[in-house]
Amino acid sequence: MKAVITVTGKDVVGIIAKVSAACAENHANIIDISQSVLDEYFAMIMVVEIDQIAVEFTKFVEKMEALGAENGLVIHTMHEDVFNAMHHI
Amino acid sequence: MLNMNDILETIHMIEGENLDIRTITMGISLLDCVSEDEDRFCEKIYDKITRKAEKLVAVGEEIEKMYGIPIVNKRVSVTPLAIAGGALSRDGFVKAAKALDRAADTLGINFIGGFGALVHKGFTPGDRNLLAAIPQALCETGKVCSSVNVASTKAGINMDAVKQMGDIIKETAYLTRDNDSIGCAKLVVFTNVPEDNPFMAGAFHGVGEPDTVINVGVSGPGVVASAIKRAGDCDFSTLADIIKKTAFKITRMGQLVAYEASRRLDTPFGIVDLSLAPTPAIGDSVAHILEGMGLEQCGAHGTTAALALLNDAVKKGGVMASSHVGGLSGAFIPVSEDQGMIDAVSAGSLSLDKLEAMTAVCSVGLDMIAIPGDTPADVICGIIADEISIGVANTKTTAVRVIPAWGKKPGDMVSFGGLLGYAPVMRLNEKSPAAFIARGGRIPAPIHSLKN
Repeated sequence: MKAVITVTGKDVVGIIAKVSAACAENHANIIDISQSVLDEYFAMIMVVEIDQIAVEFTKFVEKMEALGAENGLVIHTMHEDVFNAMHHI
Repeated sequence: MLNMNDILETIHMIEGENLDIRTITMGISLLDCVSEDEDRFCEKIYDKITRKAEKLVAVGEEIEKMYGIPIVNKRVSVTPLAIAGGALSRDGFVKAAKALDRAADTLGINFIGGFGALVHKGFTPGDRNLLAAIPQALCETGKVCSSVNVASTKAGINMDAVKQMGDIIKETAYLTRDNDSIGCAKLVVFTNVPEDNPFMAGAFHGVGEPDTVINVGVSGPGVVASAIKRAGDCDFSTLADIIKKTAFKITRMGQLVAYEASRRLDTPFGIVDLSLAPTPAIGDSVAHILEGMGLEQCGAHGTTAALALLNDAVKKGGVMASSHVGGLSGAFIPVSEDQGMIDAVSAGSLSLDKLEAMTAVCSVGLDMIAIPGDTPADVICGIIADEISIGVANTKTTAVRVIPAWGKKPGDMVSFGGLLGYAPVMRLNEKSPAAFIARGGRIPAPIHSLKN
């Protein structure tokens, strides 16, 4: 199973490093990253595998959210089912 | 395979266009709580509701977190109390309403529906006692919602019940006069009432339902409004297609949440109600969808046609997205809960008569409309009779939720707070229908009810 992590906020040094480190710490394997910076505004979408994650998925969602709050970013983590349900028959 | 554009579209719908799951409503049968003893009955219904729905709020919050989609309300609907509590006295029903309110507090839900009766063909003694208890029950509880079905296409209209509802609405308005007559915002008069509707104030758990069931109401007027805006100048076929596609996506979200809630709560999945339910929040208005189609303001001539197109396209798009569609399913047009409607009424563009016409093609009826506090009960009965006739003749659900706001005159503002919003008091036709209403008895069912 996969989850989608979206990160948005003002660009600073080390955002990807921090988010990636949190993923590694929780055993979420990154399989895709798409990232851009527009007018100092950072936006990233990351797809991670969550079959092996070390904590319950909802706890992982909370941890990532907290990481965002600590760094002035907005981080949303959503289960892939929501995108599949909406866009695939 | 996850596609970046799809991901961005979904996130934008949630973050920028107010897409949400409006409610997860657990229906609970109270038929096995029957007792002649009032206190015993209250104890049994409190115990059953708090036992069966114990995890409802927690599970709702878990799903919210997992999918990143807001689930605004978690609610409970129960068997109409007049049926489950058929042996109760008037005071017994007031006690039972308080037991429901306590159960809602314990569970942490914001509304509990089912303090109601089905009287489309006549009254049982229990129905009479419950109806007599409604004003006091709504005054002395905060979360209990009441609905009374006074007609159906099969049975015709119980005009005695319509007459009584006029008095009940007036008394409820008086008893809750210190709070802009808010009691009336929790009281709906129906025809052809659906037994699986998850939306308040009309939700109840029908007698043909299983012991417990999960029904989910989706929403998303903002998503539809944005899609129409993006499409720009297109013809009606294209417009209908855009609404259908959007409704499909919204409903798929509802189906996913309903399925997951049903699994986690070990409760059968009932239906997804694919309604466009507005809120007073900016960008969450059904009126703005109609205006986005090209009307200068909601209420202009053409509004009924626009609403008919919207209502039909929402159903067509949603029906394939869910395994079971039910409830009210369509576009709601509550005045106080929709910023565009509030503005249209304030500007004089939207009259009660136009709203009545719109209810012939929307999913419910005259909803959350503030009327002058000195409106005679007979006039309220006339409003109910007209609206109910539209439903009976068209084999559809219609309903009336009007608030005769105590001490308020046309043009004054009434505020209910939260999702219930605020509304300008509307002007009514003051000619009296008293002699018509006083006839009593039943208006016979229309000829097309004889389908067998």
